[in-house]
Amino acid sequence: MGMSTRLATGGRLLNRARAVEFNFNGKRLTGYEGDTLASALLANNQVLVGRSFKYHRPRGIVASGAEEPNALVNLGKGGRFEPNQRATTTELFEGLSATSQNHWPSLEYDVGVLNNYVARLLPAGFYYKTFMAPRAAWKHVFEPIIRQSAGLGKAPKDRDADRYEHFHAHVDILIVGGGIAGLQAARTAAASGARVLLVEQTANWGGRAPADGSVVDGIAAEEWITKAVEDLEKMDNVHLRTRCMGAGVYDHGYALAYERVADHLPANGQPRHRLWRIRARQIVTATGAIERPLSFAGNDIPGVMLASAVRDYVANFGVSPGDRTVVVTNNDDAYRTAIALKEAGLDVPAILDARPEATGPLARRARDLGIRVEPGKGIAKVIGGKRVTSVKICAQSGEGAALEEIPCEAVAMSGGWSPVVHLWSHCGGKLTWDETNAHFRPDPDRAPTNQDGEGFVKTAGAASGEVSTANCLKDADAAGRAAAKAAGFKPEPGDAATAEAEEVQPMLPVWVMPQGAGIAKRMKMWLDYQNDVKVSDVQLAAREGFESVEHAKRYTTLGMATDQGKLSNINGLAVLSQSLNSEIPKVGTTTFRPPYTPISMGSIGGEARGELFQPVRQTPIHDWHQANGAYFEPVGHWRRPYCYRRDGESTEQAVQREVKNTRQALGLLDASTLGKIIVRGPDAGRFLDMLYTNMMSNLAVGKCRYGLMCSENGFLIDDGVVARLDDDTWLCHTTTGGADRIHGWMEDWLQCEWWDWQVYTANVTEQFAQIAVVGPNARKLLEKLGGMDVSKEALPFMQWADGTIGGFSTRVFRISFSGELSYEIAVPAGQGRAFWDALVAGGEEFGLMAYGTECLHILRAEKGFIMIGDETDGTIIPQDLGLDWAISKKKDDYLGKRAQARSHMTDPNRWKLVGLETLDGAVIPDGAYAVGEGRNANGQRNTIGRITSSYYSPTLDRGIAMGLVDHGPNRMGEVIEFPTLGAGSQPIRARIVDPVFYDKAGEKQNV
Amino acid sequence: MKRYSAFAIAREAARYHTGWERAWRSPEPKTHYDVIIIGAGGHGLATAYYLGKNHGIRNVAIIEKGWLGGGNTGRNTTIIRSNYLQDPSAAIYEKSRSLYETLSQDLNYNIMFSPRGLIMLAQTHHEVRGYQRTAYANALQGVKTEFISPARVKQLVPIMDISGPRYPVLGGLYQARGGTARHDAVAWGYARACSDMGMDVLQKTEVTAVRSEGGTVTGVETSRGIIGCKKLSIVVAGHSGHVAEMAGFRLPIESVALQALVSEPIKPCMDVVVMANTVHGYMSQSDKGEMVIGGGTDGYNNYTQRGSFHHIEETVRALIETFPMISRLKMLRQWGGIVDITGDRSPILSKTPLGNCFINAGWGTGGFKAIPGSGWAMAELVAKGEPGPLAAAFGLDRFREGRFIDESVAAGVAH
Repeated sequence: MGMSTRLATGGRLLNRARAVEFNFNGKRLTGYEGDTLASALLANNQVLVGRSFKYHRPRGIVASGAEEPNALVNLGKGGRFEPNQRATTTELFEGLSATSQNHWPSLEYDVGVLNNYVARLLPAGFYYKTFMAPRAAWKHVFEPIIRQSAGLGKAPKDRDADRYEHFHAHVDILIVGGGIAGLQAARTAAASGARVLLVEQTANWGGRAPADGSVVDGIAAEEWITKAVEDLEKMDNVHLRTRCMGAGVYDHGYALAYERVADHLPANGQPRHRLWRIRARQIVTATGAIERPLSFAGNDIPGVMLASAVRDYVANFGVSPGDRTVVVTNNDDAYRTAIALKEAGLDVPAILDARPEATGPLARRARDLGIRVEPGKGIAKVIGGKRVTSVKICAQSGEGAALEEIPCEAVAMSGGWSPVVHLWSHCGGKLTWDETNAHFRPDPDRAPTNQDGEGFVKTAGAASGEVSTANCLKDADAAGRAAAKAAGFKPEPGDAATAEAEEVQPMLPVWVMPQGAGIAKRMKMWLDYQNDVKVSDVQLAAREGFESVEHAKRYTTLGMATDQGKLSNINGLAVLSQSLNSEIPKVGTTTFRPPYTPISMGSIGGEARGELFQPVRQTPIHDWHQANGAYFEPVGHWRRPYCYRRDGESTEQAVQREVKNTRQALGLLDASTLGKIIVRGPDAGRFLDMLYTNMMSNLAVGKCRYGLMCSENGFLIDDGVVARLDDDTWLCHTTTGGADRIHGWMEDWLQCEWWDWQVYTANVTEQFAQIAVVGPNARKLLEKLGGMDVSKEALPFMQWADGTIGGFSTRVFRISFSGELSYEIAVPAGQGRAFWDALVAGGEEFGLMAYGTECLHILRAEKGFIMIGDETDGTIIPQDLGLDWAISKKKDDYLGKRAQARSHMTDPNRWKLVGLETLDGAVIPDGAYAVGEGRNANGQRNTIGRITSSYYSPTLDRGIAMGLVDHGPNRMGEVIEFPTLGAGSQPIRARIVDPVFYDKAGEKQNV
Repeated sequence: MKRYSAFAIAREAARYHTGWERAWRSPEPKTHYDVIIIGAGGHGLATAYYLGKNHGIRNVAIIEKGWLGGGNTGRNTTIIRSNYLQDPSAAIYEKSRSLYETLSQDLNYNIMFSPRGLIMLAQTHHEVRGYQRTAYANALQGVKTEFISPARVKQLVPIMDISGPRYPVLGGLYQARGGTARHDAVAWGYARACSDMGMDVLQKTEVTAVRSEGGTVTGVETSRGIIGCKKLSIVVAGHSGHVAEMAGFRLPIESVALQALVSEPIKPCMDVVVMANTVHGYMSQSDKGEMVIGGGTDGYNNYTQRGSFHHIEETVRALIETFPMISRLKMLRQWGGIVDITGDRSPILSKTPLGNCFINAGWGTGGFKAIPGSGWAMAELVAKGEPGPLAAAFGLDRFREGRFIDESVAAGVAH
């Protein structure tokens, strides 16, 4: 600890001229520009970085990329705090602050490790078999303990200080992965003229090739990569992005990419993440491959790493994983790690090669460097607690009798490579089992298909299952060519990069090390490091009948950790298939789901937060409302004034004042949000006759008619006044919430069912401001402003007329939703505020006050007018509401007519609308039910009615209500009971009355 | 069947857990059963379980095309509640919820029913009225719910922003005994109990045809041969239309994908389940620590159990507004399941035009919570040939009669 393990030389990604200070668990440490947090921690000899999920075992860095299961940290502070951040994909920046996770009180001394000491009592699925008694203990004792010990990182507390954005891109070819395969595929595809987007998840181009020491076109991979990127950058049809991960592939060439714009430059003013929503004709995944661990006892002890990661840390970051590293492998590639270590001046005490022979050129080179190569050997057991101290070696073919103990600080393991097939699989691409390399690779004959049934994803390089540089390049060229062709371009006969063929000794599948390991050893062989799933757990699952790979996964939690099984899945299902005496391809894989690696919720939300969360719709008069004490309520995306509170007034007081004033003097309502849909054409009348229950075709020009609309099932869905503007044109008013829905409903019928009818519709809701001038003084105000004749004779009730008022060009409707003398006046939206101001100014002498939606509701309830959404709830037919008069008997058909003839709709026992008056004048709670005798077959109280609207009526100074009651209209005067909620509360008694409480004769509105 | 207990675990630990027996047998199909149930999801297995337990019918096969519990039982967001508005819904969901209370003990399998409480947020005045109405209805239905204040909501869910600029929280419908359970365990527990009663769970067995004679079912053709039966129950959410067609009738159902996602696991930060219907999203925290998130259904009919992204966006956006802290969590995984939606969004538990053939379908987006109650009611229907009171309202004939049970009235669409 504290000692630097940075090598004196090497580290191709480092800028050693720039030291970077950071903080881990309160310790101040130093790394270099170009480090990842993981490489910087290793360079500071911080091998222990976390604790596992279930047993709280010490965990060290295993990998060097997105597949890392262990090195997850709490990163940042306050509004920039983030849990579960992978150290291996976190670029180091000045002032980075990280803490390790899932331990108490500290990383070094974690009480949770007690689970480890009783691990034998906690095998896979143990929680399904216990914690059942006593019953209450699960909720109060066991579950809280389980929840607390699980969970990894801490919950963020503060509001996110960063911003996020969405990009949309339409390209011919999306290439995911900027290694040599991705670069080659991009070169080939771009040469055809196709628009290419190439994204790479890390900050650096080139992938593994430089660390592997590959040679391309006769030059070092690194040089070739630099040149390829330069060439591509010069092309107008190519767009390159680093720090941008292909996250998901969806139907029809829709893809998601996740760009970490400013994770490495926090608070620099840029959006933190950018979510790319891409439409691509073709997608090439050049996503490489991930190395697999080997399953030997103690393979989870900090210091045991993937061989490729060890190589990365040495070559890319100049970090020593330990002075002495034992390499254990079943394939040639890990020899490269041994050679890299040796060439960096580090000690490799032995290469344990599970294969019976180690004779390839890489093995020869290792031997030439003086490394001891032990064919046919494996690890019997790793010794160590928070750090590897030695390994015991054994024969791979035996049961694990230790032949020798080799002291070391690190173990580099390689169990072979698995192509990254996630993006290929997201949208249905199928896999095939490759016996030679013991991995699943994409089956090119079963690609994800697009809208035309053609494959739209190709794979390139290691992602196709290719293992040599030469074949990767060939494959990538072919993929680029095929994608260009499929996207409609003619690829040029190319000059693809090449590499020398390498002689490779075949790998040997090794799923358990040693082969004959007993149960005690298998209980120490980790498959899933984060979730603590061991070989023995998968075998237990198989024994207990969890044979499906999905069952085994869910029972053991294998592959359900934050790495989603990138390291563990293939090893786990190989163990499962062995346990079932089945073959790996028969067992199959679990489903690959987006995203490839986790993406921030913030990026998914994008810019849409706070005031931008959803569009706010404001009427032209909104500013006036705001300036005059409006208390707004959301109605759909609109904000409407609920009431206007004056100084010292409560909401209730404001509403009562507005009601009284409107009844007695003059009220003004901003009704601009009401839907206004123009319906026009030779078949418009016929169309509206189908849409409304009433007859609309015979409405005279200049007249208005209240209409009802029903769904095909007969239920009332909207209402409003229809005005006939001319022979061919009707204006349909809808409810505020209904405007868009009803317009869509009209278009649905016109486009899908009656497509040959000559009708056009236009939703002009926002084109007009509409203001209701309501109350006994309404006419006086309009006459004062001057202009058109608004007398009863010139403009009777339920008619409309165009004209000027106060110099404004208006359309005036004599309609009333309040029962008062009322004019609803439409002016072009741009004139709305000015007209409102003119009305307010002119109305002062008549006692004008604006009123809000609650007053509107009370006014209409006093009149017994129904409100869509109050009296209706999607289960109510017009007949329930006594609206039979609005249903035309003359028409053959209208939407809902047939449904309303069904037996339940014509049932005389349907509840019907009535008014309700409490005996003591109190207000009945909204939504209360009236109870009848007894209980139904399910033991529920029988009900005989319910409240649909309930208000205190300032006009009548008592509670009034409307409700639906069993045989209600036949029971006028009867008293029924509404139980109320709360202990000891008394039921409210109410008398059934006529629903019209005010001006039953309708004299006030028709003056 | 060996009973599960802490003692059994200790005994097995001594021999490295090599003595555990299979949770369920993997038998060869018999030639004939009294009852065949197509579909070994939660509903199918529960139907079988209560056939055996309540009605003594144990010569039963549950036939499953894939792996048991692999459909919506293993894909949902595990929410359990019964705060429904309409009487028939409240009855069956409350029956179900109450069966969940003791299911772990009944099955000797810890399904981890966690009655941690559930809140449906009211964020518009309209929603306030709707949930107040539900609270009144629930009181008469014997469902314990209450309408709570914004302050109480905040107290129960401290991570919530109740004063969001667009849709401040105006209250909530709270069901203290609502919660979650471990979805897979429900299927596994029922399967184990069914197997123990001698029933055959036949996995990887695809039904290819329904056989009948004179308008009465006689059996099914499967990928493992013809299997005869006296009675047949179709319980195949997501594929109900397909299998009904084999039996010769059509269903008033549309099948669409429902999207869900989980975050990476974090330490406990939210104890209750929260559903926000105005903004379209719901969230709970699993015992593993993941935030489990659900949203709406895709806007088009579909049988692929795949994720799409537009609803994920809408849902996450909504939940960031409601729970600002999740902005800095990461989405670990998204997935889709196929849900069968009926015209009134209520289920079908019904006799069918084919004699002795019954169907259980159309649970839409909310079937998991109904598993025990649905199984209970379905078992009664299959055993007696006529629906009992729990199933009576959910017959297919209601669509012909217009006798809908519409829950969208107060509850919105999310479950």
